[in-house]
Amino acid sequence: MRRAGIAVLVLGFAVAGCGGGPRAAGGKLSDDKIVLAVLNDQSGVYSDLSGRNSVEAVKMAVEDFKARQLYDRQLADAILDVPTSSAALAVATVAKQKKRLYLNVGAATTDLTGKACNRYTFHYAYDTYMLAHGTGTTVTRQGARNWYVVYPDYAFGQDMQKSFTAAIQAAGGTVIAKDPTPFPNDNFATFLLKAPSLNPKPDVLGTMQAGGDLVNLVKQYNEFKLRDKGIKLSVGLMFITDIRSLGPDAFAGTTFTDAWYWNLDQRSREWADRFFARTKVRPSFAHAGNYSAATQYLEAVQRAGTDAADTVVKQLEGYTFDDAFARNARIRAEDHRVVHDVYLAEVKPSAQVGEEWDYERIVKTIPAADAFRPVADSAAAGCTMG
Amino acid sequence: MVNFLQQCFNGLVSGAFLALLAVGLSVIFGMLGVVNFAHGAFYMLGAFGAYVLLTDAGVSFWTALLLVPLALGGFGMVLERLLIHGLTALDPLYNFLLTFGVTLVLQDLVKREYGVASQPYPVPAALRGSVHLGLFDYPAYQVLVLAASAVVCAGVWYVLTRTRVGMVVRAATERPELTGALGVNVGRWVTPVFGFGAALAGLAGVLAAPMRAVNPLMGADLIITVFAVVVIGGLGSIPGSVLAGFGIGVASALCNLYLPALSQTLVFVLMAAVLLWRPSGLFGREEARI
Repeated sequence: MRRAGIAVLVLGFAVAGCGGGPRAAGGKLSDDKIVLAVLNDQSGVYSDLSGRNSVEAVKMAVEDFKARQLYDRQLADAILDVPTSSAALAVATVAKQKKRLYLNVGAATTDLTGKACNRYTFHYAYDTYMLAHGTGTTVTRQGARNWYVVYPDYAFGQDMQKSFTAAIQAAGGTVIAKDPTPFPNDNFATFLLKAPSLNPKPDVLGTMQAGGDLVNLVKQYNEFKLRDKGIKLSVGLMFITDIRSLGPDAFAGTTFTDAWYWNLDQRSREWADRFFARTKVRPSFAHAGNYSAATQYLEAVQRAGTDAADTVVKQLEGYTFDDAFARNARIRAEDHRVVHDVYLAEVKPSAQVGEEWDYERIVKTIPAADAFRPVADSAAAGCTMG
Repeated sequence: MVNFLQQCFNGLVSGAFLALLAVGLSVIFGMLGVVNFAHGAFYMLGAFGAYVLLTDAGVSFWTALLLVPLALGGFGMVLERLLIHGLTALDPLYNFLLTFGVTLVLQDLVKREYGVASQPYPVPAALRGSVHLGLFDYPAYQVLVLAASAVVCAGVWYVLTRTRVGMVVRAATERPELTGALGVNVGRWVTPVFGFGAALAGLAGVLAAPMRAVNPLMGADLIITVFAVVVIGGLGSIPGSVLAGFGIGVASALCNLYLPALSQTLVFVLMAAVLLWRPSGLFGREEARI
C-alpha cells in the first residue's frame, strides 16, 4: 500500500494546459495553437513545492507572453515540471517516442542528461550533481571531512547519495557510512543513534531526504541534539517550503545549494511579488524555474516561427539568456542541460528573519560554468543525444 | 551493547504509536466488527488539532493532550451515529469502503486548508532536555511518549479486564446476542466505544506532533503498518495489539540498522508468516468473526 501511494503520486498527475498563438510569428503552428502541459503532483507530497503553483507560474509566463489562454488536455506541444525522478525518466522516454518537447524542472536525477538524454528532453532548474557539487564540496572544504550520509531508498535518494559521495571524496573528505532509509519513514532515530557511535565520529550528517521525511528527520535530529554532539546537519535538497515547515531555527546555520532565491535581487523579487499576489506564498525555485522554462519555450517558438518540435529544439540549443529565474544561462546543445548561476545559501536564525519567508542568506554565487556537470561527464554517463 | 539497547528503546518509542493506534482499531473491531480505515485520518486530525490549538489559540501541548482526544472522541461518536451505524448490519466491506472514503475526505479537507507541506510544532519547553536511563541518555520528550502510551495501554487493559464496564464490553464483543439476552443493552455501548477508539488515535496524533511531520498524509503513511500490527496481534485482541505494536516497533528499528534492504517489507513479511502459522493472529480467537 505504501508502494501504491507512490504509484498514485506518479499517476495522479493533472494536466493543465495553457496555450496561445504568438502574434509576431507568421509561421505555422500545428492545430493553430501551442499547448503547454504541466505534469506534476497536484495533491501528494510534492504539491506544495511545485504542484498547482507551478501551473500558476507557467500561466504567468503565458500571460507575459501576451498570449490568449486556452485549455486543452490533448496535443500538448511541450510538457513541463514533472517532479519525482522516476516519473521524470518515464516522461523522457515518451517525449523521445512522440517527438514532443519536454522541459523538466522538478526532478533531480542527472540521468536526464546522462543515459536518458535525448533530442526532445531538456533539464532545467537543478540536478543532483549541482546540489552535491555545491553543498558537498563546500561543506567538506569548510572542514567537515567525515560524513555520514542517509538517503531515501528510491531513484532520487540513490542518485543523490552517489553524487554527494563523489563530490565529498573529490574535495578530500570521507563518507564514513551511508545508509538507505525506508521511504516514506517517520522514525529516523535508528540512524540518529548510530551517528555518534560511528568511528571516527562524523563531522556532519548529510541527509538526502525530501518533503515530509526531511521534516521528520530534522525534528528528530534536533531532539537527539546531534548538533551539540558535534555533528552538523547538511541538507541535500532543500525547498523554501521545508524551512517554513519547521521554522528557520530548526535549520539555523545549515548550508545548502539553491537554484534560485526569491529575495536574491530586485529582479527576482519583482517576479516573486507578482507570484505572491496570485498565490499568497513566496515561490520555491521550482516555481520560478517553471516560469522561466515556459517563457524560453514560447520565445523559441516565436523565433522559430513554428512549433514543430525539431525546429524549436534547434532554436533552444546553444541559446543564451537571462531572466527572472536564470542568470548567465545557456542551454547546452550537447546534453540539453540548462546551465545557470546557482547559489550557496545558509538558513538564517529567526532573529535575523526580517520579513516573512526571508529565510536565506546567500553566501556565494556559483557561476553557471562551474555549477553543473561538465559535458564530457554527461557523455561518459551515456548521453549520445540519440 | 549499549547501542543495541538504545536501538531497542528507539523501537519501543516507535512502537508506542503503533500500540496506541492498534488498541483503538482493535477495540472498535471487537465491538462493532468495523475495520476502521479512517483511524489514520483520526491520528492526523489529532496532530492538526494540537497545531491549530497552539497557533490559533495559544493552547499548550498539555492542554491539547486533554482537549484533542475529547474532541476526536465526540467526532468519532457523531461519525458512528450518522454514517457507520447504518452499515454495520451489512458486509464489513461496506464500512471498510465508507471509512476509506471518510479518510480521503478528511485528508483533502485538511490539504485544502493547510496544503501538503508540514506544519511546525515545537517540543514543549519542559521536555527539551534528555533523560539519563542508566546506560544512555534519551530525549525527554520521547521518553514521555513511551510512558504515556504504556500507561494508556495498561489502563485500557485494566478497564476491560477488571471493571464492570469492561466486562460488559468484552461480553458484548464476544457474544453480542447472548449478552443482549442477559438483559444488557449492547447497542448502547457501540457509539462510546467507537468514540473511545477515535480518542486514542487523537491522543497518538497529539503525541506525534512535536516529533513527526504534521501533514495531511501522516496518517495514510502509518495506517497500513497499524493494520498489519492488528492482524499480527489478532483482530480484536487488546494484549495482542499492544504486544504486536511494541514488537513491530523494535523489530523495525533493528531491521533498519542491520538489514536495511528488508526494512520496508519486514512488517508485511511478519504478517504473512503469522497468518500462515496462526490465521487468527498471535492472540486472536480461533473463530474468525467475519
